[in-house]
Amino acid sequence: MALMRSRPVPGVLASFAHVDAAAEAIRALRAQGHRNMVVYSAAPNHEIEEALDHSVSPVRLFTLIGGLTGCAAGFGMTFWMSYDWPTLVGGKPIGSFPPYVVIAFELTILLGALSTVTGVALFSVLMGKRGIAYDPRFSDDRIGIFVPSGSDRAGALERMLRTAGAEEVRHEAA
Amino acid sequence: MAVVAPPAGHHDGHVITQTHADVTRDVVGTLSPASRGYVMLLFGAVSLFVIGVLTFLILIKDGLGHAGYQPPIFWSVYITTFVFWVGIGHAGTLISAILFLFRSPWRTAVYRSTEAMTVFAVMTAGLFPIIHIGRQWIFYWLLPYPNQRYLWPNFKSPLIWDVFAISTYLTVSTTFLVFGLIPDVAAVRDKVGGWRKSVYSLASVGWQGTDNQWRHYSRAYLYLAALATPLVLSVHSVVSWDFASAIVPGWHGTIFAPYFVAGAIYSGIGMVLTLIIPLRRALRIEHMITDYHFDNLAKLTLLTGSILFYAYGMEYFVAWYSGNIFEQTTFFRRAFGPYWWAGWTMIICNAFVSQLLWFRKIRTNLTSLFVISIFINIGMWFERYVIIVSSLSNDYIPWAWDQLNPTWADWGILAGSFGWFGMWFLLFAKNFPIVAIQEIKEMIPMPRKRGGHH
Repeated sequence: MALMRSRPVPGVLASFAHVDAAAEAIRALRAQGHRNMVVYSAAPNHEIEEALDHSVSPVRLFTLIGGLTGCAAGFGMTFWMSYDWPTLVGGKPIGSFPPYVVIAFELTILLGALSTVTGVALFSVLMGKRGIAYDPRFSDDRIGIFVPSGSDRAGALERMLRTAGAEEVRHEAA
Repeated sequence: MAVVAPPAGHHDGHVITQTHADVTRDVVGTLSPASRGYVMLLFGAVSLFVIGVLTFLILIKDGLGHAGYQPPIFWSVYITTFVFWVGIGHAGTLISAILFLFRSPWRTAVYRSTEAMTVFAVMTAGLFPIIHIGRQWIFYWLLPYPNQRYLWPNFKSPLIWDVFAISTYLTVSTTFLVFGLIPDVAAVRDKVGGWRKSVYSLASVGWQGTDNQWRHYSRAYLYLAALATPLVLSVHSVVSWDFASAIVPGWHGTIFAPYFVAGAIYSGIGMVLTLIIPLRRALRIEHMITDYHFDNLAKLTLLTGSILFYAYGMEYFVAWYSGNIFEQTTFFRRAFGPYWWAGWTMIICNAFVSQLLWFRKIRTNLTSLFVISIFINIGMWFERYVIIVSSLSNDYIPWAWDQLNPTWADWGILAGSFGWFGMWFLLFAKNFPIVAIQEIKEMIPMPRKRGGHH
C-alpha cells in the first residue's frame, strides 16, 4: 500500500486493456494454483469478481456488531440515566420505552456505519499486502494483475499472461 | 406520462461511446484552475458568510432580542431556517442511498453533487439550534452528561432526539460522502502532478483498487446505503416531532412525519436543480448530466410536490373535520390572517408550481426547471415559516396573540447561511470529483478482446 514504504515484493505485473482477457488470465492462474495474486481495476467488475471467486467480505459482521452495540448502548444509556436520577416528566413512566426507541435507533445507525467503515479500513488498508507493484493506469482504464514469484518462474508466468492477452508485462525484482 | 428515453447510443443514461479513459479525463478536467466566474461566485458566498458572522457577533454581544424574539413567539426565523436546511439534505441521501438500493442507474451522474449538498446543508442546519439557544457558549449542555446537580437530559423530549438525529445524520452522511470519494480521489491522484499529487495521495488513504479492496468496499457501500436509508426517513420525522409532540394548534398532527419527509425531499431536489443546472455548464459536463437526468429529477419533484399538495389539503380537511375551534382558527388565519402572504406563498410555490411538471416540455427545459427550482426553494422556506411562526402567533389565548416580523438580524443570519453553504459547495466542486468516476465506469462496459457483450 502507498501509505508506508515497504520492501517491494518480487513478481510479474501485467496490464490488460480487455476485461475478458484479464478474466481468462485469472482463471488460468488459479488453475495453476496461484492464489495470492493481486488484481487492480478502476471500478468493480463482475466478470473479474466471478473469475476470482472470493468469499463474501467479512465487513458485514462489523456492520452487524456495530449496529447491535449501538442499539444496546441507546437503550442502556437512556434507561440508566433515567433511573440514575428518577424525575417524573409529564406523568410518563421514569423509563419509557417508546421515546427511547428514537435514541436507540439513531445510535444503531451511527455505530453500524462507523464500524462498517472501520472494518473496511482494517481489511483493505491496514491488513492489506504491502510492497506490491502498481501502475497509475489501473485507476484509469487498464486492469492489472500482479503475481508474486521468484525470477526463476517469471518467464513462464509472462508467457502465460501474454497468451491470455496481456498488452504489457513487467518484471519486478526484489 | 411521456417518457424521455436515454439518448440514442446510451446505456441506462450513460454514453456508451465514452470510454473509461474519457470519464477520467473529463472529470479530472473539472478540477482545472478556476475561471473568473467561479472566483466571483466564491467571493459572493464568502461575503454573505461574513455578513452572517458579523450578525452573529452582535447577537452574542446583545442577545436574541435583535431577532425579534418576544412572547408568544420564541421560535422563528432561525428554527425555520434550521428545518429548511435539514430538509435540503434529504434529497441527497435519497438519491445516493435509496436510489442505490433500488438500482436506479440514473442516479450515478448526479449523486456525488447531491451527496455533497447533503453534507453541507446539514452542516449549515447544525449551526441554527446553536444560534437559536441564545447562550451559544454552553451548547454542550445538549449532550448527555449530567449537570452540576447530576441531572441527565430528558430523553422523552423531542429536542434531545433531534440532537441525536442531526448529529448522527451529519456523521453518517459525511462518512458516506468521504467513503464514496476514496476511489475517485485515487483516480485523480494518478492523473495530476506536483504538490496536488501529494495532497490527493494522502486523501486517497492508500487506495489502489485491488480485488481485495473492492471486495470489502462494495459490500460496505451496500451496508452504508442500507443504514442511510432508514436514517434519512427518521431524521425529518424526528424534526417534525419537535412540533407534532407539542399541543400547539397547527403542529399537533399525526400526518407530520411523512408530510415533513416528503417536503424535505421536495425542497432538496429543488436545491439540487438550482445547483447543478449552472454547475454542469460551468464544469463542462453537459454530456454526463443530460436531459434524461433532469427529467428524472423533475419526476421526483412532481411526486413529492403532489404528496405535499395532498398533505396541505389534508391539514385543512382535518382542521375542519376535527371540530376543534383552535385548530380551525389557526388554519383559517393561515389563509386569511396576518400571515396570509406567507401562507399563500407556500401553497402556490409548492402545491401548484410543482404541478407544471406534468408537462414533458417543462421537465426537459432547463430554464423553466431552474425557475421552478427557485420557486421551490422560496416556497419550502415559507412552509416552515408558516408552520412555526403563524402557529405560535395565535395559540389558545387570543389576549396573548401577537405577530412577529423578521428583523435585520434574521435576514443577516439567513444570508450568512446561504454564504456558508455556497462556500463549502463551491470549494468542494473545484477540488473533488463532482461526478462519481468509479460508478460511471462501472456502468460502461469495458472493451473485450473478442467483442460482444457479457
